[in-house]
Amino acid sequence: MTDVGATVGDLGLPGAPPAPAGSRPEQRRWHRRPPTGPHPALAAAGRMAARIGGPALAVTYLSLLVLLPLAALATNAFSGGWGAFWRAITQPEAVAALELTLGISAAVAAVNSVAGLAIAWVLVRDDFRGKTLVSAVIDLPFALPTIVAGLTLLALYGPNSPFHVDLAGTRLGIGVALAFVTLPFCVRSVQPVLAELDAETEEAASSLGASRRQVMGRVILPSLLPAVLAGAGLAFARAVGEYGSIVLISGNIPFKTEVASSWIFSLSQSDALPAASAVSVVLVTIALFVLIVIGWARRRFNVPETV
Amino acid sequence: MQKTTPHPSEPGDAPSRTRLPSRRITAVGALALSALALTALPAGAQTGGTVNLVAYSTPKPAYSVLATDFAKTKAGAGVTVSPSFGPSGTQATSVVNGLPADLVNFSLEPDMAKVVKAGLVSSSWDKGSTKGMVTDSIVSFVVRPGNPKHITTWADLVKSGVQVITPNVFSSGSAKWNIMAAYGAEIQQGKTPAQAQQYLSKLLHNAVAQPSSASAALQTFLSGQGDVLLDYEDDALYAKSKGEPVDIITPPQTILIQNPIAVTKTASPAAKAFLAYLLSPAGQTVWGQQGYRPVLPSVAAKFKFPQPKTLFTIDHLGGWTSVNTKFFDPQTGIVAKVEQSLGVSTASG
Repeated sequence: MTDVGATVGDLGLPGAPPAPAGSRPEQRRWHRRPPTGPHPALAAAGRMAARIGGPALAVTYLSLLVLLPLAALATNAFSGGWGAFWRAITQPEAVAALELTLGISAAVAAVNSVAGLAIAWVLVRDDFRGKTLVSAVIDLPFALPTIVAGLTLLALYGPNSPFHVDLAGTRLGIGVALAFVTLPFCVRSVQPVLAELDAETEEAASSLGASRRQVMGRVILPSLLPAVLAGAGLAFARAVGEYGSIVLISGNIPFKTEVASSWIFSLSQSDALPAASAVSVVLVTIALFVLIVIGWARRRFNVPETV
Repeated sequence: MQKTTPHPSEPGDAPSRTRLPSRRITAVGALALSALALTALPAGAQTGGTVNLVAYSTPKPAYSVLATDFAKTKAGAGVTVSPSFGPSGTQATSVVNGLPADLVNFSLEPDMAKVVKAGLVSSSWDKGSTKGMVTDSIVSFVVRPGNPKHITTWADLVKSGVQVITPNVFSSGSAKWNIMAAYGAEIQQGKTPAQAQQYLSKLLHNAVAQPSSASAALQTFLSGQGDVLLDYEDDALYAKSKGEPVDIITPPQTILIQNPIAVTKTASPAAKAFLAYLLSPAGQTVWGQQGYRPVLPSVAAKFKFPQPKTLFTIDHLGGWTSVNTKFFDPQTGIVAKVEQSLGVSTASG
């Protein structure tokens, strides 16, 4: 190991940088290359790249997967001009399908928010045999191919139902199918928040004389509201686009049980792709608007942590 | 990548070695290997023994028998048939968008026209002896065993209380055949076009479900919904052969369903041989055994398919090109107008 103060140049070995003439050992220290590690300029460049690169990578991925397809959709929708776009979205079938889809999806999101909260509560606060199994089963609708879900629901709640419940061809049947596929969102968005809730706040409230109902309504539910809204938003977004699980049980009757995704599919099969894109754009825009409102509501009702 | 400079070695050190950037070597090596592997992948066209078949969904079971039988013939020895099945319209769109295809078989002519228009199939595809068709069928009524509601004629379909299942015309080719069979049957019975259109309105009013495809419609019917399903005869025969509880009624007037087939411009010789087989007496016999009406008269005579009193074709109604626009345009077609008028009356429900 060379001494502090001496430099590589002092060794006089071939290939080593020569010591500048007339320089003292202390002054020549800057000739010494650090034994390991990158050049400082290189390190600084690397850090800057990471700072820009992280968001750049995220934006690129988002663009490729989400933004570009949406832009292509919008381009396709207006490819026939504003007149064709307007005709496509004001066609009676399109209006009826959009109304049906948005209405049922909103109703299902609302119902499943309550059901999801109740189920999450039971999973977090209660203990019973088979709890892990129940918890795992809740995610099954994610894993099931939607057309298989549709066939199963038709067998269970169709004309040959073992429970003698015939929902085939009804809007209630559509609602049941949508509730099935969107339940995991509503449960999983609330469950972790509920698990993290600080028991101290509840205990403090009840020790100050709050009844169980007051504790629930004034302490617990407000903390859970953002998570419940998040789950509702996801459920709504999934429901408006759902096709495979409802297309069988709904009967697909125009103006009665034909949902927007089915009408869009029909248009695309009839070589009316711009019209299909136009109706899709309307659906996506309305869903986006609802999600923005929910996002605002979540921030508005976000209960800050107090100790 | 960190730039490493070789250390000037101390006296007494082992001879210095330059550390190779091993990660870079691994990456380059992996890239080279995968490039090599890609070039080594078997390219179907080169071996000459693959047929990329793109067909509508119904003949899937038939093709598995046909492909096996073809492989036993001299022309078909060593040939692999690589099939893709799906809704006729979707398949046509996929081929136009680049799905590799040597042989295409659709359920109705407009889908073939799509592929011809895209320049992938020669415009003389229908100039052969069978006019480009490989199989025939008819539109039949599929009812519950024993036909409890005694549905035998088109007039029975529009009686009150009868629940009809027919696919949605905008997403299913089978539905278009059904509607034209109904419309044509009325015309054949002497009704005026206006009266025939009235009939369509009554028929669709009785439609308790309009699934997106023929197979979805069959599923819906088998799930217990409806009293009668309008379907291809060959699809119904297949369901019956699988033991499904159905009866098949041949209506007195019905349309002749003709399914087009063609090789693409870039078809392999194996594909042309397969097409020749499908149109040969041997192939047509297999089609007949699978429930399809053969297009070769000599083979058709061997089978005892029920003969409706009146059998008409789409040409009697103006041909597919004009019918497709006049009836099935989703915005201006006759069926769209019928649905809208039905919907306006039931929209409040």
